[in-house]
Order: sequence, then C-alpha cells, then structure tokens
Amino acid sequence: MSDALNELGSYIEGKRPDCVLAWDVTHGELNMDIAPSNITGLVEFLKADATCRFSSLVDITAVDYTGRAKRFDVVYHFLSMYQNHRIRLRVSIREDQMVPSITEVHPSANWFEREVFDMFGILFSGHPDLRRILTDYGFRGYPLRKDFPTTGYTEVRYDEVEKRVVYEPVSLVQEYRQFDFMSPWEGAEYILPGDEKETEAK
Amino acid sequence: MMDGSKFDDALTGEQKIRNFNINFGPQHPAAHGVLRLVLELDGEIVERCDPHIGLLHRGTEKLMESRTYLQNLPYFDRLDYVAPMNQEHAWCLAIEKLTGVEVPRRASLIRVLYSEIGRVLNHLLNVTTQAMDVGALTPPLWGFEEREKLMIFYERACGARLHAAYFRPGGVHQDLPDALLDDIEQWAHEFPRVMDDIDGLLTENRIFKQRNADIGVVTQEDALNYGFSGVMVRGSGMAWDLRRSQPYECYDEFDFQIPVGKNGDCYDRYLVRMEEMRQSVSIIKQAIAKLRDCPGDILARGKITPPSRSDMKTSMESLIHHFKLYTEGFHVPAGEVYCAVEAPKGEFGVYLVADGSNKPYRSKIRAPGFLHLQAMDYMSTGHQLADVAAIIGTMDVVFGEIDR
Repeated sequence: MSDALNELGSYIEGKRPDCVLAWDVTHGELNMDIAPSNITGLVEFLKADATCRFSSLVDITAVDYTGRAKRFDVVYHFLSMYQNHRIRLRVSIREDQMVPSITEVHPSANWFEREVFDMFGILFSGHPDLRRILTDYGFRGYPLRKDFPTTGYTEVRYDEVEKRVVYEPVSLVQEYRQFDFMSPWEGAEYILPGDEKETEAK
Repeated sequence: MMDGSKFDDALTGEQKIRNFNINFGPQHPAAHGVLRLVLELDGEIVERCDPHIGLLHRGTEKLMESRTYLQNLPYFDRLDYVAPMNQEHAWCLAIEKLTGVEVPRRASLIRVLYSEIGRVLNHLLNVTTQAMDVGALTPPLWGFEEREKLMIFYERACGARLHAAYFRPGGVHQDLPDALLDDIEQWAHEFPRVMDDIDGLLTENRIFKQRNADIGVVTQEDALNYGFSGVMVRGSGMAWDLRRSQPYECYDEFDFQIPVGKNGDCYDRYLVRMEEMRQSVSIIKQAIAKLRDCPGDILARGKITPPSRSDMKTSMESLIHHFKLYTEGFHVPAGEVYCAVEAPKGEFGVYLVADGSNKPYRSKIRAPGFLHLQAMDYMSTGHQLADVAAIIGTMDVVFGEIDR
C-alpha cells in the first residue's frame, strides 16, 4: 500500500513540480503540501489524469494553528473510486489570504467551502455563493478558530414581553468548566502565587 | 398579483406570471428533521431548491477540542442517531490508527456484528419512512417493530437503546453474553420473513413505483461530481463499498454481496437498501458463528483501555491507571489521520489532528448526508413539488450528522 502511494506521490510531484511543495506518506496516507495559487490546476490534474483519477472529493476542512505565520491549513481529501486510493492536500495560508475555489472542478466543494468560510472565515475566491451555512442567520465570528470561546458570545431566549426570540450577551452563572487533568509534570503550567518572583529576580 | 385580478395585456388576456417561492420546513414531517428548503416553483415544477441547514448545529467539532478522546466518543452517537455505533466506529478506528493499537479478534467481530445491526436499523427506518413520504402508512409500523427489537439488542449489550458509547478505542466496552448471541441469531432467522412482508407491501406496489421509479435519477458521473457515497453511488450502478474496497476491521473474511442499482433512481436505491439488509443479516449470522468459536478478551489491554475489574481490585497500579484514564484520559501521539467506515448512509469519516496531548487538536467529521443534501438542487430541479419529499427520503438525510 505504502509503496504504491510513494510511487503515486513521486509521480504527481514529477508531473506538477510547481504545485507540490512537499509530500510524505505517514500512517499509510499520502499527504501533500500545495502552494495556494496552484490548487485549482492541481485538483483538475488529479481528477483528469489516468494514473490519479481522484474522481470524488471527500472533504474540505481547515485547521487553525495559532502562533504560526501562516495560520490556517486548508485540508482537502480526495478519493479515487477507480484506482482505490486517497490523497490529502494541505494548503497553508495566512489569515488575510484567499484560497481559489475548486467548485468549478468539483461541484461538491460548494458546501464544504461555505462551511470552512463559516467556521474559520477563510475566503474562497471564485466561489459562486459564499454564504454562512451551519451557524445562525446573522451570526458573527468564526467558531472553529482557536480564539473563539466554546460558549460563544451570545445566547438566545424567548422573550414573553416582546413575543420573540431575543439575543443577549452570554452570561454564565459559573465559569465554563474546563477541567485540567493533565499531570503537573506533563504539560500544565501552573503559576502559583510567588512564582513571579523567580523571573523578576533574574 | 397572483389572483388574476390584474391583466397586463388586455388584448391577449395574458397574465404575467412569476415564480412562486415557498418555504419547506423547518418543521415538516417529510423533511426528516429540521431542514428548511427554499423552493422556487414554476407551477408545480421545482425550478430551484436552496436548502438551509444548520438548525441542529451543536458545534460538535468545537466541543470535541476541549474534551478528552474518550469523552468525545458519545458525541458520535448523537450524529447519526439512527445507527449510532457505526459513527463511533470511525472515531475508534482513527484513534487506533494513530496509537497503533491492535483490536482483539473478538472485539473486532462484535464491532462487525453491531455495525451490521446498525445498518439494518438505518435502512429499516429509511425505507419505511420514505414509503410513508410517498403515501404508504403501514411500512413504518412494521419496520419500527423490528427496530425496537434491534434496539433492545443494543440495550442488552451496552445499556442504552440509542446512545450506546459501546465501541471504545481498543475494543468494545463489555463482552456479549451467550444468551444475547442466541437471541440475535434467532432474530436473524425470523427477520427475513418481515423483510418479505415489507417487500410484498412495497416492491410491486403501483403507487410506490409511480412515486419512485424515474424520480431523482443520478448518473454515474454526477454521483462522482457531487461526492456521493454509499447507497447513492451503488444505486447508480457503481459497486463501491468501503467494506469491500478498503476493508477495515475484519470485513475481509466475511462473505457478502454488494447490490447495485441500474437506473440510479429512487426506486433502485430502495431495492439496494432492501438487498443490503438481507446481506447484513447474512453477515450477522456469520459474525455470530465466528463469535461462538472465539472467546477471549474484548479490549486491547494497555494504556488506552481500562484494566479489568479484577485487576483493579488487586493491583494498585491498575487502580491508578483506571483513575488516570477516566480523568486525564490517554494521550494520542501527534499526527493526522483520516479514517472512514461504510456507514449505512455512505462514507462516514473522521479527520483527526492530534498534537500529542489528551485532547484532539482538531477533528473534522465528514458526514455522507452533507454531500447528499448538497445535491438537492441538482436532484430536485425539474421535478414536481411532491417529488421533493420522495427525494429527501431517498437521500437518507439525518440532521444530527449533517449539522453536527
């Protein structure tokens, strides 16, 4: 399985050296890092080429790596039902960068790109109808970004006086429970009172 | 003015007609959940269909980022709540792939057994409620009776009828008692008769055929373009089944057929689902036979699974391990995997990005229904308004997984 994927990886890199920045096979899956500007052309090639024939789009999603200059990874999964193999394409982009839409090549990308836009605020250039999809009408913010709180900013309730649902800033009677069960020597960085003196002394 | 009171052209008496927009749902019995469709109609013909989804959005993916791997497992029951264990399966497979855990054979067989029960659960619901959408009232009553029996099997295995949380990373939670295996086997022998009954009600039923044959035709090319999977591609004549083409668990040692349709219409998909249930029953029988010959442990004992109860009572290390497992949870090595299972609705996948801690950094749930519903516009354009219900039914949408 891995041999075939290695072969496929080097084949694609040989054919489209301008698109492929890096590739590897881990956990029996083929990963490729792609330059953002070339994604449409590469996807078209992957769909049409007889060796690849990645006929169906499985998934588009994004991952938020805060602290990286190129904050987001847009991740594409493709499947070939003819050759029976899968591929994962990763496109790293900055927060203000746009990604070309692949709806022209795969109509199924439409909702996936809308979802990524909805959840991460990543814009897809050339998308026919880039609206929010999963969140509420009139929702603000991008929920799956790491800096968005799990509780959100607003809550709704039915107002008996106004006879409609009203939006209010979220108010928590107790702190949102995020328990930290990590071992103290394994990651959690507790700042105990008095710890600051150590850094001040230096 | 649609009431005909105002004629624009008095000479010809022609009326200016504009298309009519209607809201279908969000509360509509044929919408199979909370689906809002904005339909543009030209008379009875659908010109455009814009599904508004997200009314059942619960932010599962966001919630999962702040919970441990084990705490996240029950969220998968709540995605496609018609066949809960099939979803858990994908999550467990993703974790097992990253951690490199080998599942014991008995657990693997139990998973196959319950995945197939889930498939029957799903298809029973889908076939019968789709029949209700097109006007038949009896099939759901018969189908739900069988579903009830299957959910009792769920309950006897894990204690819950729906939200099972039974498949665990490294195996399954509890072993099955022999009596349960006997009862499932007995059910597997009785069920084909119920299938024949439903078959007799629907397959050659004139109204059912008129409402389904040649409705919602999907060509092979479009099935690929719209990213269909599961019954939606098999109905269009492609023998694509992940259980066969990319075998996971121990599906490769089971003997089953993959039914395919010919015309890609609603009626063919109905036939495919009916046949798939028969195949599932055959897999269930095989799995029970194999389970009887295969006693043993049902969890790969190690870091990601709890110790046995008897160990806990006698060994301090096991007790500590148990405590740490259910508070801190286990750590998954950094990496990213995509694991897919052939869920009853199609390819259900999990894209898991782990950062080496006890919580997933990102987990994307790839639901088959999301793509199927996306093609609603393509499938319903040009059909009658009444066919919209039949098409929603045949796409097998469940909003738990679409909205996530």
